[in-house]
This record gives sequence, structure tokens and C-alpha cells, in this order.
Amino acid sequence: MKLRVLAAMSGGVDSAVAAARAVEAGHDVTGVHLALSKNPQTYRTGARGCCTIEDSRDARRAADVIGIPFYVWDMAERFHQDVVEDFYAEYASGRTPNPCLRCNEKIKFAAVLDRAMALGFDAVATGHYARKGPDGLLRRAVDPGKDQSYVLGVLTPAQLAHSMFPLGDTPKDLVRAEAEERGLAVARKPDSHDICFIADGDTSGFLKNRLGSEEGDIVDSGTGEVLGSHDGAHQFTVGQRHGLGLRRPAADGKPRYVLSITPVDNRVEVGPRDALRVDRIRTAAPVWLDEERTGPFEAEVQLRAHGQVHPATVAADADGLTARLHRPAYGVAAGQALVVYDPDAEAGDAVLASGTIDSTERTEVPASFGEAAGV
Amino acid sequence: MAYLDHAATTPMLPAALDAYVRTARELGNASSLHASGRAARRTVEEARERIAAALGAGPSEVVFTGSGTEADNLALKGTHWARRSEGRNRVVTTAIEHHAVADPVAWLGDHERADVSELGVDKLGRVEVDGLAELLESHASEVTVITCMWANNEVGTLQPIREIVDLAAPHGIPVHTDAVQAVGHAPVDFSASGATSLALSGHKLGGPAGVGVLLLTRDAECTPLLHGGGQEREIRSGTLDVPGIAALAEAVVHAVATSRAEAERLAALRDDLVKRVRAAVPEAIYNGDPDDRLPGNAHFSFPGCEGDALLMLLDATGVECATGSACSAGIAQPSHVLLAMGTGEDNARSSLRFTLGWSSGQADVDALVDALPEAVERARTAGLT
Repeated sequence: MKLRVLAAMSGGVDSAVAAARAVEAGHDVTGVHLALSKNPQTYRTGARGCCTIEDSRDARRAADVIGIPFYVWDMAERFHQDVVEDFYAEYASGRTPNPCLRCNEKIKFAAVLDRAMALGFDAVATGHYARKGPDGLLRRAVDPGKDQSYVLGVLTPAQLAHSMFPLGDTPKDLVRAEAEERGLAVARKPDSHDICFIADGDTSGFLKNRLGSEEGDIVDSGTGEVLGSHDGAHQFTVGQRHGLGLRRPAADGKPRYVLSITPVDNRVEVGPRDALRVDRIRTAAPVWLDEERTGPFEAEVQLRAHGQVHPATVAADADGLTARLHRPAYGVAAGQALVVYDPDAEAGDAVLASGTIDSTERTEVPASFGEAAGV
Repeated sequence: MAYLDHAATTPMLPAALDAYVRTARELGNASSLHASGRAARRTVEEARERIAAALGAGPSEVVFTGSGTEADNLALKGTHWARRSEGRNRVVTTAIEHHAVADPVAWLGDHERADVSELGVDKLGRVEVDGLAELLESHASEVTVITCMWANNEVGTLQPIREIVDLAAPHGIPVHTDAVQAVGHAPVDFSASGATSLALSGHKLGGPAGVGVLLLTRDAECTPLLHGGGQEREIRSGTLDVPGIAALAEAVVHAVATSRAEAERLAALRDDLVKRVRAAVPEAIYNGDPDDRLPGNAHFSFPGCEGDALLMLLDATGVECATGSACSAGIAQPSHVLLAMGTGEDNARSSLRFTLGWSSGQADVDALVDALPEAVERARTAGLT
């Protein structure tokens, strides 16, 4: 069926090939670049960004080559409100947000999709690596290294129904080769990895600018001893090992990790890796992509982007999900998403639900458990 | 395709295109002393004379530039630099200038510490001359240059250049006018206007892009922007674009010669467009002076719609128009002209400009009126999301 498709074009290779494929599939495609900053210079410059003048130009040139109309949509205000402000607020409360996921949830498949639908489009196509099965479920991409189903798990079934991911069945290197074949100049443009609205990649400096740099203690979780100081608890993430600046090694000589962040008293607790071990995870109210389930069921859960998967028993109640991991996880940060998958090696694991992690717990078992389980 | 964006650029007139192609085949730098050079020089000088005659100027008052923007920059910066002194460092502009004027003036303020005074406009987009009278009472001795466009590029309102010149003249203050939108569309007589300088652009009147003119009186003080061969009165350097200049002259002569009849034709077509747009979208607001405006200009706000959504939807049906507002990296800003006219930010974002030109006909208006209601309906739904 011929659809009117709005292709979100970041200026990167993936969204360019996705747009070209949508055209080839017979759809009536219009390219749109989302301007996410009022002042494009303030977001990352250089080849790797997604919000710079270069990116806007690259997207436009790709649209020219593909032969589709192209426009720039100003989403700067919404993006700032829903993604950047949320990013600050989450760090300020000791959590670790995933801004790409938030952008998908609030901008690409909400503000942009809504506007597109109102303007007469049937669907939004993006260069995300994920598959949509004939059953309408969101599934992992063929390329495990590129799979982005984790950051798309937050889509509602209605949003998913109007989304297109033309790259899900193709490994990244073939997408690049295809871009080259199609004469798209972005074929060799490096992937973006950093957070697009942090110009120099210095997340810590970005947070300091807004949230300040108040000195606080780094405390040993076992002894309560003050081991060092930091200039802002918001600069840490649970599970972080590097950049603690502790001069004294631990008694056992093993590395220390951030165990918890308490913004109220600007306190960062550190301790051994084993203390990061958790096996029970609670989320806020989830988004169900498949039909809602209540009773406990067996599934796999993923706890951060490109993180490993954990077999788990998942149960839902009115307030959220509880996942009991069959083997423990380490360094699980509140604010990240817990995405529940139904494993399927053939068609790709299907996303059942996604919820923001609120809290974690551990069952007291011998410290050797984790190592023994080979995690 | 219905092209309703002649204020952005208008197709080259066949005579201008012929002149361009013919001249582009010929060899010669107009500054060279040999036969080829003399031939090129002759082409340039004939063009200069024809342009001067068409616009009520003397040939020596015609300074060729690379664009209307360059002509505006040269007039404003050049005049300011030449005339500024202890106690005289003020530029007077208006709230509705094109960026080719607004930005050099802002630059003079930011980088050269010029004082900038901005004249406001009334609801129809006409500069309020009373404000200038008041300003000159107390600050006349401080002013290096006053600038006011001949006709507004967004809403089309014609500006009171004569009144501004009359106020400035007793104080000996030069007046610059950006007439890029006016030449060939409204009667423009440089000498009769009393302005010291006037900018025009080739591609707005059926000539090529990449060539413009600054009309500049012989006794005007003006410091060059570009230094080099001094080709144009030592005020503007750069090898002259002979084919561009020949084509521009062809276009100016033709546009001016036909402007009275063409203005009548376009105004009638425009009035039809306005009437039918209002009938199709009753809540549309017609911006600018309903009568005293450029004949080919119609400018509307469509409450509840975003201008760029409308533009995209019309574009998809083959109807091409403009939001008429400035763009930075493709991001539409609310129109500074509409804001200056007292329009709220929402309606300033909801505007579309339809401009007609020599190649426009009834079919263009029909196509717009056919496509508009559905586009407005959709854009309004999108505007609410």
C-alpha cells in the first residue's frame, strides 16, 4: 500500500538510507530534519553530531539525491523542555537518564508523529535499527551490535503502528555500502555516539554548568569513612568505576565502584563490585507494547542500551513491573529503562514492555554467587 | 506548478536572458584598454545610461554591485563611515527593514558602537514619520544616515520616502532607500525622491541574480567596502560582470516601461486572489495596507496554522509561496515585520506571502484557491497538537 511517509533525516547515513528505502518501497516520502537547538552552534559541531548546521545540510543533500522534498522542522522548544530539562532533572535526583530514549518517546514518535499525522502523513520512518514484525511487535534488529529496540521500547502500540524502521533487517556495514551505491555523500560519515546536545562530549561539565559544583564527600559504604571529595553528586552514575579521584586504594586492593548517589546531602557512596549486585528490579508504570500481562511470566530483560540480557521472572502490578533476575546484574542505574523481551532467535526478540527503573534490591547470598554464575 | 513567490526571485525576462547569453559569448574586461576591453566597456556604459534613464538618475550615479545586499551594505556602512565624527555616530533605521539593511545596521551598532534609532510602523506596516520628526528635533546633528525601504518585502506596504527625505534634508542628512522590491513594480524616480542612495537587485525584476545597483548621488560621501581596482567610481571594486549588467539593463528598461500596465494587471489578479482566499478561508487576516502596497503582493495570517506547515502542504500540491519570515538554518522565526506591526507572535508565525510577477496568470491563483482550504484545515489540526 502506498503511504505518505515522513522520513526523519538526522543528516546521518542510517536515516538517509531509511528514507531511500521508503521511496523504493513505493511510498510518497517527504524528508524532514528536526532542528533541536535554537542556535545550532550550541550543539555539537563537527562530523559526528545530529543537530548542527552540517547535519542539516547533509540531510538536505541526501534528500536531493534521493529525490524527495525536504524541510526543517523546528522542535527546539519541545526538545529542550522534554529532553534536555528532563536530563538535568534526572541527574539532579541521582538518576541516570537515557536522553535518546526520551527523545524517541517525546519528540520523534510523539511531537513529530502527531504533527505528521495531522498534516496528512500516515507514518514516520527513521533510521533506527529495529524490526517490526507482521504481528506488529517491535523486534530486535538483525545486526545485534546496532540493535536499537531498547531505546524504542518506550513507544506505545499506537505510535509503533505509525512507525517504519526500514533498516532493521540489514547489518550496518551493508547499510553503509548501500549508501555508497546510492551516491549518498554521508556513506562514510562516522556514527554519532555522544549525546547530541552536549557540544564537546563533556557531560560532567554540561551538568556542572547547570546544576553547580558543590563539594561533597565520597564515602566508603562499609566503614562510613570519608575517602575523598567530589564537586557535585550529579556527575556520577551507579556502577561507575573511573574518575572517582580516590588516592587511597581499597584494603583488598580491588577497584571501588559508585554504589549510590544521594543528592540531598550530595553524598556518593563507593564500595566493592559485589555491592553492586542486584537481582530484583522495580520500574515505574510501564508501556506495554504487547498485550498487558499481570501474572508472573518468564522473559528476558535488558537494563541499559547495548547491555546484556538477563533471564528473569517478570510480574506487573498497578504501579509497575518487578523483575526477578535469574542471575544478578551489576551497576543498574535508576532512570534507565528496563525493557522486557520475549526471546525469539528466528524473528528477533520481541519487546513486550518497557519501564523506567525506580529501584533495585539484592537478595543476600554469598559474595561468590555472582562470580560463580559467570556474570 | 503555481509559482507565487516572485518577491523571492522572478524568472528572467526573455529579452534579459537573450542579452545575457549574447554578451556572455563576448570576450573582454571592461577595464582593458584594447578593442575587446573597449567593446565590453561600451556594453557596460550603455547599460548604465539605460538604467539611469529608466530610474531618473544620471549615468554617473549608477554603481554596479554584486547584489542588492551589497548595495545596501555599501550605502549604509560606507555612508556611516564617511560621515561619522565626534558627536555624530547615529544610524536611523526602521523596524521592518530586510536583513540586507537590518543586519549591517545592527553590525554598526554592535561592532562600531554606532547608536541605532529604530522608527516604528503603524498597523498597516507604514513607517511612522512623526517618530523621525521627534528624533531629529533633539538628535539631528548626531545622525550619519537614515535608511527606510521603498516598499516592504513581506507585507508590500509602500513607505513614505518623500516625507522622510523632507524631514532629513534641512539637516543635510543623507537618506538611503532599499528599493529592491519596488523597482519595476512601483514608480521609482531617484532624482525626484530626493534620496541620496537607492539599492536595487537584478533578479527581483527579471534580470539575473548576482548583479545589483547602488544609485548614489555624485556628491555623496561613501567609504568603499571592497578595495581593489576601483572600477566603479573608486567606491566599488571588482571586475564588472558585463553579461549580468547587460541583462540587468534590459530587465530594468523593460520592467519600468511596462510597469504601469503591469501594475494594473497584477493588482487586478492580486485583488482576485485576496477576494477568493478570504472567501475560502474566512478567518484569514489580510496584512499590510489594503491599497497602498505593491501590486503583486498579498500577505495573510491564517490563525491557528503554522506558516511553514501551510507552505509544506501547498508545496506538495505544486503551489509555491513563502512564509515571508526570516530563516536561520531553515528554522522559521516569527516575522519581525508583523511583530513590529503589533501582530501577536502566534499570528506572526502563521503567515504566508503570495507574490505575483510578470509570468503570473489566472491559473496560478486558481491553483492556490483550490489547494488552500484543505491545507489550512490540516495545518490547523497540526497546530493544535
